[in-house]
Amino acid sequence: MDSRSRLQELLPKLVLAPSFLIVLVFVYGFIAYTGFLSLTDSRMLPSYNLVGLSNYSKLWALPHWWRAISNLAIFASLYIVICSVLGLALAILLDQKIRAEGILRPIYLYPMALSFIVTGTAWKWFLDPGIGLENTMHLWGWESFAFNWIKDRNYAIYCVVIAAVWQSSGFVMAMFLAGLRGVDNEIIKAAQIDGASTATIYRRIIIPLMRPVFLSAFVVLAHLAIKAYDLVVALTGGGPGQATELPATFMYSYTFTRNQMGIGASSAIIMLVMIFSIIIPYLYSEIRGGKGR
Amino acid sequence: MSAPSPDNVISHNRLTRALIYTALILFAVYYLLPLYVMLVNSLKPLEEIRQGGMLNLPQVWTIEPWLQAWSTAQIGVQPTGLRPFFINSILMVVPAVVISTIIGALNGYVLTKWQFRGSNVFFGLLLLSCFIPFQIVLIPMARILGMLGLAGSLWGLILVHVVYGIGFTTLYFRNYYENFPTELVRAAQIDGASFFQIFYRILLPSSGPIIVVSVIWQFTNIWNDFLFGASFSGANTTPMTVALNNLVSSSTGVKEYNVHFAGAILAALPTLIVYIVSGRYFVRGLMSGAVKG
Repeated sequence: MDSRSRLQELLPKLVLAPSFLIVLVFVYGFIAYTGFLSLTDSRMLPSYNLVGLSNYSKLWALPHWWRAISNLAIFASLYIVICSVLGLALAILLDQKIRAEGILRPIYLYPMALSFIVTGTAWKWFLDPGIGLENTMHLWGWESFAFNWIKDRNYAIYCVVIAAVWQSSGFVMAMFLAGLRGVDNEIIKAAQIDGASTATIYRRIIIPLMRPVFLSAFVVLAHLAIKAYDLVVALTGGGPGQATELPATFMYSYTFTRNQMGIGASSAIIMLVMIFSIIIPYLYSEIRGGKGR
Repeated sequence: MSAPSPDNVISHNRLTRALIYTALILFAVYYLLPLYVMLVNSLKPLEEIRQGGMLNLPQVWTIEPWLQAWSTAQIGVQPTGLRPFFINSILMVVPAVVISTIIGALNGYVLTKWQFRGSNVFFGLLLLSCFIPFQIVLIPMARILGMLGLAGSLWGLILVHVVYGIGFTTLYFRNYYENFPTELVRAAQIDGASFFQIFYRILLPSSGPIIVVSVIWQFTNIWNDFLFGASFSGANTTPMTVALNNLVSSSTGVKEYNVHFAGAILAALPTLIVYIVSGRYFVRGLMSGAVKG
């Protein structure tokens, strides 16, 4: 009897133990291991010969890495801003007692269920000047129409933005819609009685109330942007040249095809630092805020 | 997504309403266009695509591209079509989803009804692991899979997806069970019910909705994964997304766009069907994964 109740007491810990071990080893242990490799002269295979921070100084001296970082800056800022604006606009439009909402909402959101490889395949073709949009416009008689961004080193990164916005903006719309549905109608009625116009009500009352949604959307989109990999692989393969290279594709090619594992590991650490510096304050405030309520 | 909540109290005149509907319909066209283009062009012979006019319906309807994509298209070296890879994905996804959902349910149960010192710290570590860029684990994971003799195997991929999926599944079940009355659990405990009996008889019967959320989220994520598939699969275990990318980006021979599109739709179909059948739960999973920590 005694041993049975002792077992019952231990069971919860026993049930959690495998997950605890898995997380400890496969997440935090692996992070530590990659961090360690970033301090070694590993090339094709891991080496345990420490070389200090030289991989990091090599990394930041590489034009290729700078290209990836500046592309990420362009991609992430446009992706976050456009998705947020578009998502908010769609949510506001959809929140006007639209009869077809049940049909429209799933249409805006379905790209989120697709693989980035599928999205990339579709958009690669759509953006291809020879056969996609440009060609269609020419056939329709708009002979001077030119849209060859995907072939242009200076503009190809914007094609990645276009496809990524298409995939994620519906999701941001859903977040804002949930936020809008939570707004107290009494506040709006009071403002209407005071003679405020609809535009003013949105600008001065409703949109400021969406501040927490903006924050959540920012965190989600920023972390998706830093992780972005599949879409670039499927849409441009990082090209033309290195024009659409991002940190995630950089890490993969340096580690697995260029045999510069030390530099690849240090780029992975930089990605992790970027994500954690956004996610940790957010989770911390969410959890603390949740307890306060 | 949620039951129709009180509509907002703002009303518009007819002109404004017409403009709102026009904008909403234009957006719907924007989201549907890539899917439409893929679908109509997957039903055209290749010569017709080359003439341009990607928006036109086929002059000659054919399902030949679909048959080719499914069973004869050249992927890698073999003309196998996508069928074996589709089967690989199913063989990988089903066990990974089932195992990670079971682990998540048990974890959520312990974390809410059997809390002990340190269990919240564990949850924090688990939550943070949901957001790591997977580049950080690629190198050590490749080594561990090699050491376990799982490199390139289906079970290796299943392990990877379970390991990096339990963060989300635990999050879902924890948040769900938190609102489950703890008094019921305590009462059953006094009646002599054991740890697992309480789980099976009391919590599990009311867990239907959250199981659906967890299964859909895991299914969508694992089916759509590309990075792990590309890094850790062998020639006989390649999942669908990787095979699709190989099909589309293979540089040899004629680019058979119609076959590529049929293949892309085949790769999208399972998650698309899940989304159409149970979009409500899909959105719920997205939101609780993103909005609330």
